[in-house]
Amino acid sequence: MNRPKRPLRPTRRNVLAGGAAAAGISLLPTKGFAAGKLNFYNWDTYIGETTLADFTEATGIEVQYDLFADNDELFAKLKNGNPGYDLIVPSSDYVERMIIAELLEELDHSKIGNVKNIEPVFMDAAFDPGRKFSLPYMWGTIGIGYRKSAIEGVPDSWKWLYDSDKYAGRIALLGDAQNVLGSALKYMGKSLNAWSDENLAAAEAMVIKQKPHITAFAPDNGQDLLLSGEVDMVMEWNGDIIQVMGEDDDLGFVVPKEGGLLWQDTLAIPKGGPNVDSAYAMIDFILGAEAGQKIAETINYATPNAAAKALTSETYQNHPAIFPSDEVLAVCESQKFPGQAVVQKIDAAWTRVKAAG
Amino acid sequence: MEPWRRSAAAFTAFCGPTILWLSVFFLIPLGIVWLYSFGENVSLTQIETTWTLKNYARILDEEILVLLWRSLWLALISTAICLLVGYPVALVIATSQPRWKPWLLLIVILPFWTNLLIRTYALLNILGTKGRLNESLKWLWVQADGALDWAGLGDLALLGDRFVPFKFLGTEAGVVIGLVYVALPFTVLPIYSSLERLDKSYLEASLDLGAGQLRTFFKVLLPLTMAGVVTAAIITFIPTLGSFLTPDLLGRGQVDMIANVIERQFKKGDDWPFGSALSLMLLYVTFIILALRSINDMRKSGGRA
Repeated sequence: MNRPKRPLRPTRRNVLAGGAAAAGISLLPTKGFAAGKLNFYNWDTYIGETTLADFTEATGIEVQYDLFADNDELFAKLKNGNPGYDLIVPSSDYVERMIIAELLEELDHSKIGNVKNIEPVFMDAAFDPGRKFSLPYMWGTIGIGYRKSAIEGVPDSWKWLYDSDKYAGRIALLGDAQNVLGSALKYMGKSLNAWSDENLAAAEAMVIKQKPHITAFAPDNGQDLLLSGEVDMVMEWNGDIIQVMGEDDDLGFVVPKEGGLLWQDTLAIPKGGPNVDSAYAMIDFILGAEAGQKIAETINYATPNAAAKALTSETYQNHPAIFPSDEVLAVCESQKFPGQAVVQKIDAAWTRVKAAG
Repeated sequence: MEPWRRSAAAFTAFCGPTILWLSVFFLIPLGIVWLYSFGENVSLTQIETTWTLKNYARILDEEILVLLWRSLWLALISTAICLLVGYPVALVIATSQPRWKPWLLLIVILPFWTNLLIRTYALLNILGTKGRLNESLKWLWVQADGALDWAGLGDLALLGDRFVPFKFLGTEAGVVIGLVYVALPFTVLPIYSSLERLDKSYLEASLDLGAGQLRTFFKVLLPLTMAGVVTAAIITFIPTLGSFLTPDLLGRGQVDMIANVIERQFKKGDDWPFGSALSLMLLYVTFIILALRSINDMRKSGGRA
């Protein structure tokens, strides 16, 4: 092996690098996080099949692509200093959380020509007023996935999941506190961001009362429970249900008439990334018509990109689980970050739900 | 040659890497967790150690005590089942012919060769309402019902109108099945090793002097291998108490144990100080169990001396 000669008295840094090389591991980043590249941190299966290659071909910028499993992981990675990511994809309330924690770079819209492609309704957001820190990537809903042959009609109310024993032992809810308790609030006719102590207690009581009828609080496999026939009705993210609807015609999806969560995943630039310009280039590329179309039709989520949507197939544009009706959309809300103290209160309520016998 | 204990160079060479490894990857992180457990969230990204005791005080909240009790209870039941099942298995291996022993031991250790997550998913496949176990039971039910029909007893519906699948997932029973499955090798191996070391002539003596099989087991074999049983119980109980994956997947969010609460504090719940206090509490419980054991050992050896 051809090793470079070392100075007789190595510096600390050399010792670290040398020792690590000898041990066959790398303490200092070698492969990732290089300058002149793009370090893109995204959700799994959340990009077009050729998007990254197309981008490299168009701009000459190489992409280092990493995956995170949920917003908490993303936040935890960045909270003690950006390890080198240039472009991230946080969801609604986490954008707000990151803005408050000063983790995001303010966006210069003039560097992103394709901003014009975004539908005007998405150019403002409760979690990021004026869209100073984030631009929309995809959006969707949380609703009810169900087995048509096992359910009477269309279960278009949260009642069937939260306040009825009609389908006892055949229903599943999501596994996370804020969404489960938030949808209970919607059922009671309140905003899913109205976390007063009184509302929280009422939502908690409702779920505890319903708990004996609930088969599972499914962390991320509600759609599988539905597909395998373990349950006939689940509260789930629309994208997960769309996935299994393709495998089984007997499955349907509806956003309840009381409304539910309208989520949005966004493109944002974390502070301290090494390649800010590459990040701008990628945002502009993704917001382009063609790239946007390819991504939307691959992952089957609703695109906020009007130019891209115009290019998509009719099947995509008229898919009831991708684009809910306007009446339903009017009563849906996006989630706001309620503050750390309230998040902890919600979690304590959730622990009480879990402890209830 | 000088004893290695007196040679500083040899001591450093042998123990240095271990001590370094332990401090960098175990003691220092544990110290940080310890500091966090006396801390408060001052902003979204910062925790300040203020030496507050409120994180520990929250352990006494009713819902935490309920979940702790559930964890202790499930771990105790699982340990008891492991001992009841594991002892005979260890006995069979220890008394089998020498050429079979390695193979039998291999069967016990075999599950370790597959990742826990995959094994747990396999259990999901087996235990579901439409899983393999229920489908097999359903098949048996259909056969039995057919036989009753044939015997002219069909109208009585002795076995019910139709097969009702057992609900394992999302119940304490399902979680216990999973916990036992994961922990069983840890129970068998220490018991086996204590049986191996046992001088078999004690058993022969007992039988020769007129004690029956049962009496020999309870009066001779069990007391002489008690040390192995206690070790087995401890190393089964401690990891079971802190189980996360098994209740998470097999419990379907309905049978959370304390580790599920701890995990949430570091993610959705966003309360690292409280999560730290909870994890350290589990550690203290472990220390107490180990301390009780060594006190017991000392008392025994003191009594003999």
